[in-house]
Amino acid sequence: MNNKKAGNQTVVFQSPPVILSKYNIVGPKEGQGPLKDSFDVILKDTYDGEKSWEKTEAKMLETAMRGAVSKANVPLDAVDYILAGDLLNQIISSNFAARQIGLPFIGLYGACSTMALSTALGAMLVDGGYASKVLCSASSHHDTAERQYRLPTEQGNQRAMYAQWTVTGAGSIMLSDTGVGPKVTSATIGRVIDFGETDANNMGAAMAPAVADTILNHFRDLNRPPDYYDLVATGDLGMIGLQLAIEILKRSNLNITNDFTDCGVMIYSPSQDTHAGGSGCGCSAAVLTGNILDRMLSGNLKRVLLVGSGCLHSPASSLQGESMPAIGHAVSIEVSKAV
Amino acid sequence: MLNNIIPAFVVGGLICILGQLLMDLTKANVTPAHVLVTFVTGGVVLGALGLYEPLVKFGGAGATVPLSGFGYALAKGAIEGAESNGLIGAFSGGIEATAVGIASALFFGYLVAVVFNPKG
Repeated sequence: MNNKKAGNQTVVFQSPPVILSKYNIVGPKEGQGPLKDSFDVILKDTYDGEKSWEKTEAKMLETAMRGAVSKANVPLDAVDYILAGDLLNQIISSNFAARQIGLPFIGLYGACSTMALSTALGAMLVDGGYASKVLCSASSHHDTAERQYRLPTEQGNQRAMYAQWTVTGAGSIMLSDTGVGPKVTSATIGRVIDFGETDANNMGAAMAPAVADTILNHFRDLNRPPDYYDLVATGDLGMIGLQLAIEILKRSNLNITNDFTDCGVMIYSPSQDTHAGGSGCGCSAAVLTGNILDRMLSGNLKRVLLVGSGCLHSPASSLQGESMPAIGHAVSIEVSKAV
Repeated sequence: MLNNIIPAFVVGGLICILGQLLMDLTKANVTPAHVLVTFVTGGVVLGALGLYEPLVKFGGAGATVPLSGFGYALAKGAIEGAESNGLIGAFSGGIEATAVGIASALFFGYLVAVVFNPKG
């Protein structure tokens, strides 16, 4: 009966769901970065006319969801589920965006791994026959995340050089059982791994072991050669976490020779002074729905592995001295040769 | 005038370097708030031991404006209060000596809170 499962942690989709459309919206800083041409909407300021950044983030997520629906050219009520998550307490950005849209909604919390998690679960729903159209989304906002996880920005606290900058962005894709487009072919659900990192500024280091574990399990479960993917993109390990993940994989004898990078490294240029790169749910959401899928649609990339990385601590757990458990979820997206 | 400015710059600058080193060379769970409290407490201890006084004489505002200067004023006030009013004075003296700083922090804090809304 369990013929869609491969190995320990991976599912292979029998009728791989199609990514029918994609849409994203980012803040001004992301809009000045190297990927600026891949964003559908770039906000002029971080408020976008709202009274609070929390309102802005919920609106951005709603915009991304509606954008993906309208680009997919399907009526709103044809969508079976919205899967979405964000970084705020009780995932309010997703709840409030889903309130506006009024479709059946499944809220997710995978911290910054949410885009890969929502895509993996959405693909399971579609391939399982429980849905025909699923909207998979995630968002983050730099200033709401600072309020949620750190100290008041007015204090002007100095950021560590290994700290990352939460991306202001939201992204959404429409998965469908029919249609033309890149397909989600498999998904590897990660395990929660904790190597004891307690420094809440050093999320890359906390997440690298979890991401490496998921990548190893993905390749092992599917028995794929290291050069199978044209691009392996981790979610938001940042510069330090990416180096660590590469190091762990090398020591585990998995030497990925093709393009191996991180959405948090891609989204900003070093001159933007974000220190170790981008982070947040919106980071992998905006890069997947922007640069990565653009390159797949233009034929420059055929096989991509997106590995969302999430740090599963809370501000309270960090203040109580707990270490930071982390998780990585992988989804493989492929353009079939016939297309 | 330069006689005052240069020692103040050197002493104030060195105290700030110490603060920066505390930020840079310690683990990240040492936050600016920890540095703040360390400086005030350090000023109290050094002030009570009479070790901060020479720094104030030499550096003037360079030593009194940083947070350690606040601690120094607390200790100095408490000692003077104890000398004139005994045990009660030890408690009230520190606050009397730092009343201007505390009252202005309250006043300007209140003023800013009335005029502006907190954002981040």
